Amino acid sequence: MNMLPTLSNWVELFNHFASLSLLAIGGAITTAPDMHRYLVTEQGWLSETQFTSSIALSQAAPGPNVLFVALMGWNVGLNAGGGPQVGGVAWMLALLGMLIALVAIMLPSSVVTYTATRWAHANRQLRSVRAFKAGMAPIVIALLIATGWLLMAAHDQVAHDWRLWLLTAVTTLLVWRTRIHLLWLIGAGAVLGAMGWV
Amino acid sequence: MPPPTPTDSLLADAAICRPQSRTDLFVSFTMLALQGFGGVLAIVQREVVEKKRWLTREEFLEDWAVAQIMPGPNVVNLSMMIGGRHFGLPGALAALAGMLAAPLVIVLLLAILYGNVADTPLAQGALRGMGAVASGLITATGIKLIAALDNNPMGRALCIAIAAMTFVAIALLRWPLVWVLLGIGGVACIWTYRVLGLKERLAQGAVP
Repeated sequence: MNMLPTLSNWVELFNHFASLSLLAIGGAITTAPDMHRYLVTEQGWLSETQFTSSIALSQAAPGPNVLFVALMGWNVGLNAGGGPQVGGVAWMLALLGMLIALVAIMLPSSVVTYTATRWAHANRQLRSVRAFKAGMAPIVIALLIATGWLLMAAHDQVAHDWRLWLLTAVTTLLVWRTRIHLLWLIGAGAVLGAMGWV
Repeated sequence: MPPPTPTDSLLADAAICRPQSRTDLFVSFTMLALQGFGGVLAIVQREVVEKKRWLTREEFLEDWAVAQIMPGPNVVNLSMMIGGRHFGLPGALAALAGMLAAPLVIVLLLAILYGNVADTPLAQGALRGMGAVASGLITATGIKLIAALDNNPMGRALCIAIAAMTFVAIALLRWPLVWVLLGIGGVACIWTYRVLGLKERLAQGAVP
């Protein structure tokens, strides 16, 4: 998208993220595969690298991981404005994209959560509440694993990417089996990458 | 309110503190969010239950379960529930703003810094490595949760089958999320509802 986006592009982005907001059971990260399908594959508004870096940067920063959505909006806006080298217009569009993405992903889920939590709290023994929670559990788990898979699947040159896959596998094992602090792992990944070893 | 002695906290399991104001909510959740890298659950439990004593351990578990089944980020949902309980909608908004505002500024600064060096092989390599770690973190979070399926009313085998179908539909076939959630999710919820009903009837029948 190298020309300025139309209003309908922004409305489309807002609508897509707002509908994902209500599907984000288990956290916004479970909607990442769908964002990838929409932003990278279908619309071509984000590059594969920008998609992965949005998630990696938000994992490396403090705060809730939902901020990766803000970064995706930021990058969509930046691309729409022609990239950071263009200056003013691109930065304004980046801010606009960030606001649209963040408000869209947060607003519907927050309204539903705010209104429904008292009801759910009072009715936590109800069969339908328990059925919903238990029925969704395996799907939430599958969505998390699918997100991890999708982030790796972009790197598919076996001869050259196998070290990257190994790093992911080792990280998975360490996080699963030990209580090691996540910052050490992210730092180690950054160092290994900067040295050109993965 | 003076902090309780350790003996008090063991005897009385009631939450004896509450947020003082909306500003208190905003500042407390900002501090909490800034401590959370990757996973924040451990930090939330320590801050809200042990330090602030806004919730008892039991209340925390119940509220956390509800925060999880609601759409949206779990920790953000929990902060809104606490804020809303004490100060209504303004309280929920103060808590929400606390969770998002400062971290948003930090992550944007990181993105801009990265943008300036994105063309250097060093930065590209570092982010490539961090990306591989990030995908490991997310995968491991999913794997850790598999243990929670042992107590699922559908039974472990059926749960694994549902999870496998969902994985294939999303990761390999790349189907839109909404159809997968409505389709597989809908069937799973209805099935669980029936199993729970059957168990209730069995429990009633078994006890004369």
